[in-house]
Amino acid sequence: MKKAFLILEDGTVFEGTHFGAEKEIISEIVFNTSMAGYLEVLTDPSYAGQAVCMTYPLIGNYGVCYDDMESRQAWPDAFIVRELSRIPSNFRCDCSLQEFLEKQGIPGIEGIDTRQLTRILREKGTMNGCVTTDENYSLQELIPKMKAYTTGKVVEKVTCLEKYLVSGVKNLKENGPVSGLAVFDKEAYDRGEREKRPSLVTKLNGRTDEGRALKVALFDFGAKKNIVSSLAARGCDVTVYPALTKAEEILADSPDGIMLSNGPGDPKDCGSIIDEVRKLYESDVPIFAICLGHQLIALATGADTHKLKYGHRGGNHPVKDLETGRVYISSQNHGYVVDTERLDERIAVPAFINVNDGTNEGLKYTGKNIFTVQFHPECCPGPQDSGYLFDRFIEMMKK
Amino acid sequence: MPKNQNVHRVMVIGSGPIVIGQAAEFDYAGTQACRSLKEEGVEVILVNSNPATIMTDKNIADKVYIEPLTVPVLEQIIEKEKPDSILPTLGGQAGLNLGMELEESGFLKEHNVALLGTTAETIRNAEGRQEFKDLMERIGEPVAASKVVKTVEDGIAFTNTIGYPVVLRPAYTLGGSGGGIAHNQIELEEILENGLRLSRVGEVLVERCIAGWKEIEYEVMRDSAGNVITVCNMENIDPVGVHTGDSIVVAPSQTLSDKEYQMLRTSALKIISELKITGGCNVQFALHPTSFEYCVIEVNPRVSRSSALASKATGYPIAKVAAKIALGFTLDEIKNAITKKTYASFEPALDYCVVKMPRLPFDKFITAKRTLTTQMKATGEVMSICNNFEGALMKAIRSLEQHVDCLRSYDFSGLDANELRERLKVVDDQRIWVIAEALRKGISYDEIHEITMIDIWFIDKINRIVEMEKALEESRGSSLETELLREAKRMEFPDSVIARLTGKSEEDILAARRREGITPVYKIVDTCAAEFDAETPYYYSVYGGENEARETSGKKKVLVLGSGPIRIGQGIEFDYCSVHATWAFSKAGYETIIINNNPETVSTDFDIADKLYFEPLTNEDVEAIVDIEKPDGAVVQFGGQTAIKLTEHLMKIGVPILGTKAEDVDAAEDRELFDEILQKTGIPRAAGGTVYTAQEAKEVANRLGYPVLVRPSYVLGGQGMQIATCDEEIEVFMEIINRIAQDHPILVDKYLQGKEIEVDAVCDGEDILIPGIMEHIERTGIHSGDSISVYPAPTIGKLIKDKIADYTKRLAMALHVKGMINIQFIAIDEDVYVIEVNPRSSRTVPYISKVTGIPIVDLATEVIIGKKIKELGYKPGLQPEAEYYAIKMPVFSFEKIRGAEISLGPEMKSTGECLGISKRFDEALYKAFLGAGVQLPKHKQMIITVKDADKGEAISVARRFEKLGYIIYATRSTAAALNEAGVKARKVNKIHQESPTVMDLILGHKIDLVIDTPTQGRDKNRDGFLIRRNSIETGVYCITAMDTANALARALENVVAQEKLTLVDIAAL
Repeated sequence: MKKAFLILEDGTVFEGTHFGAEKEIISEIVFNTSMAGYLEVLTDPSYAGQAVCMTYPLIGNYGVCYDDMESRQAWPDAFIVRELSRIPSNFRCDCSLQEFLEKQGIPGIEGIDTRQLTRILREKGTMNGCVTTDENYSLQELIPKMKAYTTGKVVEKVTCLEKYLVSGVKNLKENGPVSGLAVFDKEAYDRGEREKRPSLVTKLNGRTDEGRALKVALFDFGAKKNIVSSLAARGCDVTVYPALTKAEEILADSPDGIMLSNGPGDPKDCGSIIDEVRKLYESDVPIFAICLGHQLIALATGADTHKLKYGHRGGNHPVKDLETGRVYISSQNHGYVVDTERLDERIAVPAFINVNDGTNEGLKYTGKNIFTVQFHPECCPGPQDSGYLFDRFIEMMKK
Repeated sequence: MPKNQNVHRVMVIGSGPIVIGQAAEFDYAGTQACRSLKEEGVEVILVNSNPATIMTDKNIADKVYIEPLTVPVLEQIIEKEKPDSILPTLGGQAGLNLGMELEESGFLKEHNVALLGTTAETIRNAEGRQEFKDLMERIGEPVAASKVVKTVEDGIAFTNTIGYPVVLRPAYTLGGSGGGIAHNQIELEEILENGLRLSRVGEVLVERCIAGWKEIEYEVMRDSAGNVITVCNMENIDPVGVHTGDSIVVAPSQTLSDKEYQMLRTSALKIISELKITGGCNVQFALHPTSFEYCVIEVNPRVSRSSALASKATGYPIAKVAAKIALGFTLDEIKNAITKKTYASFEPALDYCVVKMPRLPFDKFITAKRTLTTQMKATGEVMSICNNFEGALMKAIRSLEQHVDCLRSYDFSGLDANELRERLKVVDDQRIWVIAEALRKGISYDEIHEITMIDIWFIDKINRIVEMEKALEESRGSSLETELLREAKRMEFPDSVIARLTGKSEEDILAARRREGITPVYKIVDTCAAEFDAETPYYYSVYGGENEARETSGKKKVLVLGSGPIRIGQGIEFDYCSVHATWAFSKAGYETIIINNNPETVSTDFDIADKLYFEPLTNEDVEAIVDIEKPDGAVVQFGGQTAIKLTEHLMKIGVPILGTKAEDVDAAEDRELFDEILQKTGIPRAAGGTVYTAQEAKEVANRLGYPVLVRPSYVLGGQGMQIATCDEEIEVFMEIINRIAQDHPILVDKYLQGKEIEVDAVCDGEDILIPGIMEHIERTGIHSGDSISVYPAPTIGKLIKDKIADYTKRLAMALHVKGMINIQFIAIDEDVYVIEVNPRSSRTVPYISKVTGIPIVDLATEVIIGKKIKELGYKPGLQPEAEYYAIKMPVFSFEKIRGAEISLGPEMKSTGECLGISKRFDEALYKAFLGAGVQLPKHKQMIITVKDADKGEAISVARRFEKLGYIIYATRSTAAALNEAGVKARKVNKIHQESPTVMDLILGHKIDLVIDTPTQGRDKNRDGFLIRRNSIETGVYCITAMDTANALARALENVVAQEKLTLVDIAAL
């Protein structure tokens, strides 16, 4: 067992044990409070440029099920846990978390007091840090390097390389069994005929009355797989566009609606993308945006964003739909938030707020078929409660 | 939505006496809810027949009725108090059923009383077997296929459509008797035939067997606006087949991926939304271990044992929030009481692992089957918190107080691998110990999993503990490596176990730990995994990392030691005392610190003491807290035997014991010291002696002459206590007592038969205050906790009472009691003998406090702090008698424990109690029986079968019942005796004789009552045992003492003449 160290830019050092790939990294250290779903966290492109600490202490219990990956690879620079399970136990398990991180080239550190780390980040705010196995590290050398670190233009790293189409399902059976009745066929699974997870979607509403699939353009800033799946499972044809695609190209394909995806980093680092998003805003095509997408369209229309002290990352955040007064428990992963104080109500008004701290969780654009949310209705990991927003988007496209 | 403006007066229904499956958790929930209602300015009218509860205190509710929980009584209270609403979802199944009956009869509507919280329709949909099945089918949620059948043929036909195995559950039998799992048609025919016979309505439910699936629970909340959240999910280590109350449970789930976790969470929320529940609800799932297939097992539309556990596991106060929701508040309007920053509309995030273990009563019922089934058997439970599973499990094990502290505590090393494979098939309370041994013998994870269906992740964790044991053992003879010690402590191996395994002394281990800085730190349960700053000091220990508990200073600090898991003999009463003592210390300006490990109790609610340490109650665990907190003193006299046992160590580490000194507690328990005191004070007692071996015991017994009383010292609830009538019995009893190594000698006393008298008193060193004298209905020989107890003592005269008051004072003075003392006496004619003295609080304290209006625990606490009784406004001595009779009736849970002997003796067997209170003795007695669930007469038929010595008394008892219109059946010799005396008795055959026998009669479901007095000694009379068991299992009231039978006759004679009961508001006394 090799020693590993987590060093924060304020000089705090945690000593733990190394696992995963062996390399030294400097990154922004954030914590996630989800009790399950570590693989979804690892494969969420929004974590690119960050190192993630799980506050739940027992991680890796059910190993890695490739089907649950939210993108093509794992993104965080490092993974920080209290205790990594020695063995994985789950009927779908493909490999252990240790093996997975090794293959993905991601270093991990276990055995540190993750609660103490969380308390530090909560009190002092998100910080940069370093994960290393070098016992002879030098604080004098590392601290300036850590302080200089920024996530940078990380969207370009995580977006898809070229545009591609995911066809909507033709009938609900394609989605797999209904929740609760999914019987697992181990042999078929091992043959590579992947088990379909039980589906939540019970209506094939992503098609017009004439039976044509609605065409959705998904602008990929680091989209989680379940955004595409949530639309395709409802019958929509989804075309995914790389982040540097011009608005004209998207509009030329005449989509019925546009989805702006989640993604990593500071929204203000996405200068040229914001310009394209502004053009989409002006196009009158219905738009639904999630997380970074929500922040980008806000910036594109004159609003401002700021960094939260330590962000919202977890699966237990209550958001209130201001229209209905209903509260939903949501999956969240964001470090930046839209400033509502300087919001021009002729352009947009708040649609959702966070019940805990009152920060903005969604906007409704005045006079437009556009609504955007800060949280993740596509869940994975986390509560599936706000999945109805995809239906709302579909209704908007049909109007 | 703001508070509902139509709600001003709410009647809250409690859950009644503590029985297995319905225990202290409802006092916790009810107390929390009442306080939550009062916070909103609502007047609370509380009804609960259980006097040992905190919820029945007058500072918790405005009006308190300790009355039988029956529909007519509730109707009377509603007519008298005119509440505008009732809240039935806090009193367990008992409370819920009563609320439903009131609603369905139209009574509530007629009296303009609203049902708060969940509606009647919702309750029907959740509780009715068919309604629930239909609703689940309608919303596409799967339930296990099942059908009610009335014939064996129908059962076979249905099973052929769903496949074997199937579970069979006869309708209306208690304790799951007559049920079982059938794997093939032969078994099906056999079980079904028997089940149909046992069922009162001749119906058996045939259900698809999902045993072996993962059992997962979700605690969910919903408000009237439709907002839904899950408080927590829990995974049972024991797969489906073991009642969740008897399972080892972990929170949150450990082996579910996010996909399974969210699938079940969404299902739970869908169900609670469809049911339109407002408040808390528990949903239980069976999840197929190798697929996404699941079944909804059950939904409880109310607070439950699981919700109490979830509240303590997360810090989310479910009952409090449920009460606010009932008043119309929505989740986003209710503040999170822990963070005080966020709201109740969020889901707790845990950054630790919680393990719950059941406390099973097999040490009390040694003849009972230890097998765990879908019928709950645990009387209580412990919970532990740690940041790793091994540590949480190790902490939970030692919290049980069942002489277990590690995975070697039950020794299966004598079994070879094949025997272990067989033993693994047995599902009982020792299963994890068997698994540990199987791992030591090299049986593979897969094989253990295949037999037990326990997830491999848990098996691996057990193996990590086994590996650590081995590593420690291998270091025997050499010095213990620091890193190994550090890792052992991280897994929460107690020093004593490390010392045993390494062959070192506990002192060595502690010294090594101190030297290397391996001491526990304390973390906070904050509902949010440290995301927000929490203000509530609710702590648990871990090894390694940052310490969040800080020594506070300023105020004087007192440590209040709780009483651990609820068990027979040490129940909720001690939690009542601990909580009241905490409040009293707090009022006196002390900072209060509670240590306890029982998730069902009020004392472990985070806002009772200034600080709560959720930790095992062992010397080592308590010492670690003392090291951090440095309290000015500890109080042990309120936490039952659990706290008393810690006294010696607390003194050793320099913590002053507040109140009676430890050496004086010892003097009361130590035979020789106590005899000296008795001699000095001139108080007589039954002759006796102390022994260690059966030989010595026989010598003493023969010297005294039989019968004698045999019992271990330093126990509560008369554990192991027996009346022996001959040498052979002494041998049997001594063998049983010595199965567990005894630190203290065993007592053998001459058995005296007389009236048993009990006294609780407070002594300040100069004066004594005796709130009242209680007399038992049953003669000596039956444990005081199992006797019907009457205050004020009805049949003893002033002379005896004065003598008792005098003896009590003399004993309290001689023992230098400061605080509480409890004494049991025997009165024979004009002589009074002392049976035993306990210089601590007792199980009668709550009830006597309530009926006399004298706050005994508060006074005792003031005295402990240094006040004098005279300063507290009381005249010393025996207090004037109240104008009410209060009769405490024991309540048993025999039907839940298959194979348990139900006849009463010196070892306590009751799980709870209820109170009957009235100005008239007869009415109080009737109420007490009614409260205990004895609602007679029904069929007016009874069976009498008594031992020869009781035949004389049986005649007068039978005559009374005959006069009440009872048809009396009796076995041969009893019938002959009765008929000879002119009481008409029909003779029935014994079990082994030809049909119809006494058993057929019982199974005919037309018998009200069985009076069966067993011949002396354990289990001699197999016939009697079967009669008693079958009566209990078919719901027939069974009496095993003639005094109890006479009392019942008296109560029934009274009811004939009376229509309505008089009601007493305890809060107005």
